Amino acid sequence: MQYDVVIGLEVHAELNTKTKCFCSCKNQYGQSPNSNCCPVCVGLPGALPVLNGEAVKKTIKAGLAMGFEINKTAIFERKNYFYPDLPKAYQISQLEKPICINGSLRIFDKDIPINRIHLEEDAGKLIHQGNISMIDYNRGGVPLIELVTDALKEPHIESADEAIEFLTKLRQIYIYAGVAECELEKGQMRADVNISLKPKGSAEYGVKVEMKNIMGFKSVYRAINYEINRQKEILDDGGTILQETRKWDDEKGESFTLRTKENSEDYRYFPDPDLIAIHISDEDIEEIKKSLSPLPDQLKQIYTSNYGLSEYDADVILADKKISDFYNQCVALYPQPKTIANWITTEILARIKNNEDIAISGENLIWIIKTVDEKKLQRNNAKELLSIIWGTDLDAQTEAKSRGLLSDLDQSVILGILDNVLKEKAEVVEQYKREKDPKILNFLVGQVMKASLGKANAQEIMQILREKLN
Amino acid sequence: MEIIKLSALEIREKILSGELSSEEVTTAFIDQINKNQKYNAVLEVFDDAILQAKTMDEKIKNGFKGKLAGVPIIIKDNILYEGKICSCGSEFLKDYVAQYNATVIDKLLQAGAVIIARANMDEFAMGSSTENSAFGITHNPLDFDRVPGGSSGGSSAAVALDMCPIALGTETGGSVRQPASYCGIYGLKPSYGRISRYGVVAFASSLDQVGIFSKNVYDNALMLEVLAGEDKNDMTCAKVAVDDYTNGDWSCKKIKVGLPKEILNLAKGLPCEENLKNFVKWLKSKEIEIVDISLPNIDIALPVYYIIAPAEATSNLARFDGVKYTSRAKNAKNLDEIYKMSRSEGFGKEVKRRIMLGNYVLSSGYYDAYYKKAKRIQGELIKQFNRAFESCDIIIMPTTLAEAYKIGSKSDNPVDTYKEDIFTVTANIVGIPSLSIPFGKGEHGMPLGVQLMARKFNEKTIYNLAKFLEEERGE
Repeated sequence: MQYDVVIGLEVHAELNTKTKCFCSCKNQYGQSPNSNCCPVCVGLPGALPVLNGEAVKKTIKAGLAMGFEINKTAIFERKNYFYPDLPKAYQISQLEKPICINGSLRIFDKDIPINRIHLEEDAGKLIHQGNISMIDYNRGGVPLIELVTDALKEPHIESADEAIEFLTKLRQIYIYAGVAECELEKGQMRADVNISLKPKGSAEYGVKVEMKNIMGFKSVYRAINYEINRQKEILDDGGTILQETRKWDDEKGESFTLRTKENSEDYRYFPDPDLIAIHISDEDIEEIKKSLSPLPDQLKQIYTSNYGLSEYDADVILADKKISDFYNQCVALYPQPKTIANWITTEILARIKNNEDIAISGENLIWIIKTVDEKKLQRNNAKELLSIIWGTDLDAQTEAKSRGLLSDLDQSVILGILDNVLKEKAEVVEQYKREKDPKILNFLVGQVMKASLGKANAQEIMQILREKLN
Repeated sequence: MEIIKLSALEIREKILSGELSSEEVTTAFIDQINKNQKYNAVLEVFDDAILQAKTMDEKIKNGFKGKLAGVPIIIKDNILYEGKICSCGSEFLKDYVAQYNATVIDKLLQAGAVIIARANMDEFAMGSSTENSAFGITHNPLDFDRVPGGSSGGSSAAVALDMCPIALGTETGGSVRQPASYCGIYGLKPSYGRISRYGVVAFASSLDQVGIFSKNVYDNALMLEVLAGEDKNDMTCAKVAVDDYTNGDWSCKKIKVGLPKEILNLAKGLPCEENLKNFVKWLKSKEIEIVDISLPNIDIALPVYYIIAPAEATSNLARFDGVKYTSRAKNAKNLDEIYKMSRSEGFGKEVKRRIMLGNYVLSSGYYDAYYKKAKRIQGELIKQFNRAFESCDIIIMPTTLAEAYKIGSKSDNPVDTYKEDIFTVTANIVGIPSLSIPFGKGEHGMPLGVQLMARKFNEKTIYNLAKFLEEERGE
C-alpha cells in the first residue's frame, strides 16, 4: 500500500546569550562539572528566577528571521515533572503565550508551517558511571528555544531528506541571525521527531509516534527512515500503530518504546508566579528587525544574481557563516566577487582544517588577489605568499617585497632572460620549430620563469615565444 | 527597667546612647528564650548570637547608627540565613543548611539587627496552629493549652513571650495576622511585592510575603522601613518607592473607614461579630468616619485561596524529591522509589494533603475548572476591592472567627481549620496590605484582633490609623 508520510519536528537550540536564562551564571560550554551554577539554576529553596532580556531578544530575532508573529504579551509557565537533571522538578517554559507564533521555513520550494518558537530553560546533564549516577547542573538554566512545526497544516515534511533539509536550513538561519551556535556535537541543537502515516490521499491523519532527543542529523535521518518502515510494515500487515514515545538507539540502528500514551506525563502547566509577563512593543520589534543581518537565502540571491556566482559556489560559501562573512568583507574591499569567490573556495577553504578560523585578514587576501590581477604577482608566488602569512600577523605586501616574490622586473630584463634561455636551449628551440609540440613551448616558458625567479608573467612569455618561434 | 519589655526603638536608643550594650540586650532576650522553652516557640538559638552582638557593639562604638542597631530579631524557620539550618518545620529539611542569605536577612544585617534564633512553624507554612511542625507543637503564651495560631506561631509566641521585640514571619493566607491576633500582638502582611521573597522558602509564590510581628505600631513600621523595596533578585518585588513609615501623620481623623456589609453577615453569631461592632463603636467615639461598603464576592476568596495556594505549593515543593537535600528514603531501590518513598516519609500529613489538592486542581481536565477559574475570580475580587477603596481609605474586618482554640481540638477536621482563614486570605488574594491589631477579648479572655486593610502599597495609611488608635487606647 502507498502511504503519505507526515513528519513533525520539535527542535531545541541553545541560545548564545552571555548569561543563563534566569540567573547571572555564564552561558558557557565545557566547564568542570557543577562549577558554573548558583542558587537559582540549581533550584535551591527560596531562589527566584530573573529573566534575561537578551534571551527574549534573541528569541524574537529567531522568529523574525522566519517571518513569525511576535506575541505582544508573552508569559512563562511551569512544566512540572520529576527527573534528577531538573533541579526544581519543573522546567520554566512557555505554553499558552509563546514569544513567536505562526512562521514558516522554505525547503525545496515548500513553505513548511511552523506553529511556534518558545523560550525555556535547559536541564542539567546526567552522567552514569557504572552503578553511580551523577548530575552536572552547569547546563541547567541555559536558554533554549524550542521550535515546533505545525504538522496539521500543509505542506508537510514528508521524508527524511526533507527533514534534514529543514534542520540544515534552520541551523543556518539561527547561526546567521546570530542567536545560536548550533554545534551538534555539543548538543546545542537537538531534535524530537514525530511521524505518522496515512493512506495516500487520505484526509485523516494517522497515529503519531514520537522520537525524543536524537543527537545529530545523520541519526535523525536513520531514525526517520527506520520509523517510516516500521509503521509501513505494521500497517501493511493490517496492524495498528500505538501512540507512543520511542527512543532511538543509534548503535543498534533501531528504536524501542519509551512510554505509551496511557502512562504519558501530565505536566500540570500553570503560569510561573515568580515571573511577570513580558510585554513586547512594536518599537522593540522594529529595533530587533533592524539588527537582523542578511540570512542565507537573501545572500544566495545576491551571490548568484548580483555577483554572478554559480549556485554551487554560493552554497559552498554560505555553508559556513564565518566564510560568508569573510567573503562579504573581501567583496566590500575589492568589488571583484567572482575572483574572490574563486580564491576563497579553493585556496582559503583548503587551508582551513577542522573548522578552525580563517587565519588571514581580508586586507591581506585582497592585496594578494589585486596584485595578481595587476599581474605583479605570479599565481604560484601568490600561493606561496599565502602559505607564508597564513596564521601569522605578517603583512602580505611587506613579505612579498622582502622575499622577492613580486613580478617587478623591467620588460627589457625579462626579454634579456628570454634571449639567454633561447641561446642556451638552442637545440630545444630547433626541435620546437620542427615539431611544434606545445609541451616543448611549455618547457621553454618554464625555463624563463625559473631564470626570472618566478617574477616573469608566464602568459606574456608564452605570447612572446610564440611570436618569436612561429 | 526590664530589658525584654523594651521596644525596638527604645533598645536602639539605649544602645546608641551607651546606656545598654547590644551584648547585654541579646543576653537578656536569650535568657528569656531559655526560661520559656516549654512553649517551644524557638527551634534554635544561634550559637553566634552573642558574638554578633559584640561585633555590633564594636561597630556602634565606631559610629554605626543602623535603624535596628543592636536590636535582637527572631526569624521564622523558612527564611534562609547563610550557614544556619532552615528546616521549614519539616523532617525533610531537618539538617538543611542555608547556602545564601535571603534579601530580608541582608537587609536586617545591614540595619544592624542581631538575629538570635529561628522560630517554629507549621511545616512549609501550611497550617494555622503550629500543630503541624515536625519539631513539636508551639503553645500559646497566654494559655498553654491553646494554639498560638500559625503558620508563624513560633515567631508570634516569641514576641508575645518577650523573646525579642520584633520577629519575622511569612504570610500566604493569614500566617502572620492570625497568630498575632491569637497572641495579642501586632502582625502585618505587607502588599504583595512590598518585600523581596528572595531566599524565603516558597509556599505559594503569588501570595507569599514576609510579615512582621511587633508589640507596638512604631516597631512594626520601623521593620517595614528596613525590609521594603525593590530587589534585583525578585521580579515580583515592586519598583515602588518606600514610604517613611515611622514618620507618619499619627492624627488621622480624616481617614474614612469602610465596613463591608458582607463581613457582618459572615461574622453573624460568631464571637468576632460583637467584637467588630464594638470596634466600630469605638472608632465612632473617636470621631472616625465609618462608611458602609460592599465586597459582594468576599466569601469566595476562601475557595479561591484553597485552589491557588495548593497548586503553587505542589510545584514549589516538588524539588524536595529525595535526590537532593537531606531526606532520602533509605530503602529506595530505584529512582521512582526515591521519589515516592522519600516524599511519603519526609512530608507531614497536612503538606501531603495540600500537595494532592494542588496536583488535582492543576491536572489536565481540571485545570480550567479550578485553577483558571480561581485566577479569574481573583481578578474580580481585586476589582471589587478597588471599587470599595474609592469610598474609603481603610477597610476593617475581624482577623479570626474567635479566640485561640485548644490544641488538638481541630486536628481531625482540616476543612474546619481551613474555614478559620476566611477573613485573612482575602488580603493575600487581592495583594493588599493588612495589619492585625489587638482589640477585644474572646469568651475565655483570650485576645482578639481586627484587621486594617488599605490600597496596595498604602501601608503608611494603615500605620497612621493604627498608631492613632494605639495612642487613644493609652498603650
